[in-house]
Amino acid sequence: MTVAVPIIEFEDVHKDFVVHRKAGRLRRERTVVRAVDGLSFAVERGAIVGYIGPNGAGKSTTVKLLTGILVPSAGRVSVAGLIPAKQRITLARRIGAMFGQRVQLWWDLPLIDSFDLLRHIYRIPEERYRQNLTEFRELLELDPFLRTPVRQLSLGQRIRGEVVAAMLHDPEVVFLDEPTIGLDVVAKQRVREFLTAANRERGVTVMLTTHDLADIERLCSRILILDRGRLVYDGGLEALKARYGGERTLVVDLEESGPALRVTDARVTRVDGPRQWIAFDRERTNAARLAAEVASQAALRDLTVEEPDIEDVVRRIYAERQVGRT
Amino acid sequence: MIAALRADLEIARRGYARYAAYPVATLAGLFTNTLFGFMRGFVLLALFEQRSEIGGYDAAATLTYTWLTQALIATVFIWGWLDLAIRIRSGDIVTDLVRPIHPLRAALANDLGRSAYHAVFRGVPVLLVGALMFDLIAPAGPLEWFAFFVSAALAVVVSFAFRFLYNIPAFWLLDFRGIAVLAMILSSLFSGFVIPIAFFPDWLAAIAHATPFPAMVQIPIDIFVGAVRGPQIAVALAVQAAWAAGLLLLCRVCFALGVRRLVVQGG
Amino acid sequence: MGELLDGIRLYGRLVAARVRAQLQYRTSFALDLAGNFFISFLDFAAILVIFSNVPQLGGWSVAEVALLYGMSNLAFALTDFAVGELDQFPQQIRDGTFDQVLIRPRGTLFQVVTGNFQLRRLGKALQALLILGYALTALPIEWTVDRLLVFALAVPAGTVIFCSVWVVAICIVFWAVDGREAANAFTYGGQFFTQFPINIYDRWLRRFLAYAVPLAFVAYFPALYVLHKSDPLGLPAWLGLLSPLVALAAAVAAGAVWGGAVRHYRSAGG
Repeated sequence: MTVAVPIIEFEDVHKDFVVHRKAGRLRRERTVVRAVDGLSFAVERGAIVGYIGPNGAGKSTTVKLLTGILVPSAGRVSVAGLIPAKQRITLARRIGAMFGQRVQLWWDLPLIDSFDLLRHIYRIPEERYRQNLTEFRELLELDPFLRTPVRQLSLGQRIRGEVVAAMLHDPEVVFLDEPTIGLDVVAKQRVREFLTAANRERGVTVMLTTHDLADIERLCSRILILDRGRLVYDGGLEALKARYGGERTLVVDLEESGPALRVTDARVTRVDGPRQWIAFDRERTNAARLAAEVASQAALRDLTVEEPDIEDVVRRIYAERQVGRT
Repeated sequence: MIAALRADLEIARRGYARYAAYPVATLAGLFTNTLFGFMRGFVLLALFEQRSEIGGYDAAATLTYTWLTQALIATVFIWGWLDLAIRIRSGDIVTDLVRPIHPLRAALANDLGRSAYHAVFRGVPVLLVGALMFDLIAPAGPLEWFAFFVSAALAVVVSFAFRFLYNIPAFWLLDFRGIAVLAMILSSLFSGFVIPIAFFPDWLAAIAHATPFPAMVQIPIDIFVGAVRGPQIAVALAVQAAWAAGLLLLCRVCFALGVRRLVVQGG
Repeated sequence: MGELLDGIRLYGRLVAARVRAQLQYRTSFALDLAGNFFISFLDFAAILVIFSNVPQLGGWSVAEVALLYGMSNLAFALTDFAVGELDQFPQQIRDGTFDQVLIRPRGTLFQVVTGNFQLRRLGKALQALLILGYALTALPIEWTVDRLLVFALAVPAGTVIFCSVWVVAICIVFWAVDGREAANAFTYGGQFFTQFPINIYDRWLRRFLAYAVPLAFVAYFPALYVLHKSDPLGLPAWLGLLSPLVALAAAVAAGAVWGGAVRHYRSAGG
């Protein structure tokens, strides 16, 4: 993908970790783990990018490289025209970040006091701070708990506080790690709307990691998928679905366990006792036809149809790559 | 009976494994215990420039005392232990209550496993360093060696029971740390951990001997260096055993009271 | 300069925020403070027990040792207040909260030590002041300008030395997070070491903890100077004047070690 005005650039970036693993009672083995392996991409100003991959794919390492927490082993990283590893403090004023469940607010201070301290830590001009706070308070409905110590807040309230904390100093880019995890539907919606508004009205570039397909669908214009430190997909959600996610799954519960069923224009992907998963392409067959076919072979107790989710799509991409490797 | 003992053993093994999993922590602890051994040893040796003996301790016995206390720090675990209080406050204690083994018994088995690890990996090495660098004295014979091991094991039980006891107020108090810190300081002074009780003025020594604290540190050391000998050893062990039994009983009663409060008032 | 002032102002704000938070629980806080105060007296009891057996220790009287104790513990209490939060630092490395420190536009050490001030730690300072008061009234010190100056600078210098030692010692967790207990050898070990006259320690222990780690400059040399006491080790009296310089050097060294350790963390990866 070519990008007009890149705000984030990754050029052939490598990051190796040395890990000591226990081998026997006292001996420890030294192995090098390649967390990021020649990664290149660029993100244009004003984009909302979803950043996806299983645990250990290199997601959090990438974010740490972008925020200047980690120094790359090789390659070039640039964010907002700065080199994160070298210009950590200058960059820190221009980016915001929120790492999932970790608390960046002061645990026993009222929310408003935390914001006030951040104002001084980031040296936010008084006027800007006031404007931002007024706007965010309204958007995220913070007023009812603004004077409550953080430790007494519910998860949803706290996350709303965290999101504001990441945005108070008018960052050009924000990195969000699982911003909606564990939230109820209403709170999720509120956070998403807030991010969309910040992106649209302030031009903030957003990069988020998530396991939630709805986050991606509602927010992201672009998706990056990572596997073992390499980029395996870069593009829009629709294209991704069309390419990998056309398949739905019919889950059938049979009266008795048995071998995998034989079905036309579809395939059994998993058998677990009396339950079987049948993947099918909407364009070639449909659930009703499949159900009838199943019923003719075995006694059917129950069935459900599963939409493809992002995990599924990602799994399929990995499966494909595995095949490609061997 | 056999099954219950097997469960105890299993729990003890877990107590052992929990500490065995962190060899670097063990090394770091050894380093600190050893350095303190040197510092404390020299401070106490300075007393013997002016005296040849204090309360039955001469210079060699005092040095031996110092290195033994350093070896016993981790083994007896004289410093803070708040695991139980934290479980009480977080409410996790409820899951312990539904298990078929009494939480006191489980915690004791766990602590014995822990102390076995610490005795071997943090006790013995420290004592070896002391013995290599200084002329320490050893128990007079196999009987004294045996009495010392029994006494050290009883010291662990007394220390455990005391730690368990000062965790129990967490059932009532939101802020239990104050009590725990006070308990730790009292025990480190009156156990004879900081200075041998033999060095205390008589009135202070009398107070110390009225408490269970000497049974945690001073008694096994007295047996080791021969400050207590012959039939006195049996008396000393009996005193320790009595404190161990008494404190465990007290733990049981207080814990039951705490549980009742938990059940009645609900956390 | 503006940078420095801004840092000081922010420091004040962070302290004030902690004060407000801790005063939410007035009773608990008062108990804590009193507890810390009394507990530190039990600590001094050990020294009194020693002196109940001998009239002097290594050529130092009980009042002279009380002077060492008071100076060392006042410096240590202030250190504990200023950087005691470093005790919790291994946890920050372990659970990854240190990463958040790295994405804020302030110095890392500054952020770590301001994380969670414990006001109750000042209870210890109160006790040290009382012991110091006792020592000063019991000792026949002839105050001259230079002695007053040495005495007045000793506690701030000692605090800076202790702080530097604490910072350097805790850096071990950047390499081995489980190794944190080794730091205690120098922090709490340093507190213990400086309470006593260093001439009672054997030569190599002194070389290591009194000079290589410059703990002799916390209380021993300044106290000798103030007492106009000749050093049992035969070292010159003017060493007592050097504490502020040693403190400055220690602070620079500690800053460099911390910086290097953070660089190591950022290239090795947390």
